[in-house]
Amino acid sequence: MAGLYRIVERPIDVEEAIRAVAGPDRGAIATFIGTARDHHEGRPVRALEYHAYAEMAEQVMRDIGRETEALFGTPHVAILHRTGRLTIGEPSVVIAVAAEHRREALAACAHVIERLKEIVPIWKKEHYADGAAWIEGSGSTPAST
Amino acid sequence: MTVSVLLFARYREAAGTPSVEVEVPANATLADVWDRVRARIPSLRREERPMFSCDRAYARGDRALTGHEEIAVFPPVSGG
Repeated sequence: MAGLYRIVERPIDVEEAIRAVAGPDRGAIATFIGTARDHHEGRPVRALEYHAYAEMAEQVMRDIGRETEALFGTPHVAILHRTGRLTIGEPSVVIAVAAEHRREALAACAHVIERLKEIVPIWKKEHYADGAAWIEGSGSTPAST
Repeated sequence: MTVSVLLFARYREAAGTPSVEVEVPANATLADVWDRVRARIPSLRREERPMFSCDRAYARGDRALTGHEEIAVFPPVSGG
């Protein structure tokens, strides 16, 4: 399995994800870029902060890559997730999936971001004008391995 | 046995430290460890949805420990 799975503390290089999956036998590269949004449920957000259990996160991202390959036949997956403080508009996560054809590339890319949000040990904290709050997911326990 | 427990995100802030050491009986489970952690950190006492990992993979509360694992507890994830 080819792939790039990394937690990064500096601004994400989108091209790095694309380069990691590109190849002459692939006719499609689907990408997803998650960016820091300036509001949440009507409340203005000034900055975002991400915290990760980096060693486990990279391992779980690799597991998602394996799962995605098994489901969609797409071995070329890159996932880069930022940690630390982000200003509004900056990429928090970049996913790239290359495949022979667009259909499986797009489906696999959508699968990767959904699974990332469910199981990769990363947490988001929103900073407001008057404080900050951790955002937490639904908390369904992933299957133990 | 003494086990070290890594904490992340809100749990780490609540504890004011990245990890805590707790004393549990031999063959204790992750749930036993979590009970000790909560006893030490009052603001986590009412947490209902902790997630556990053992050697960097998700694990359930009934997992028995040898004392040599890398253990972590954290709130539901919210990356992306």
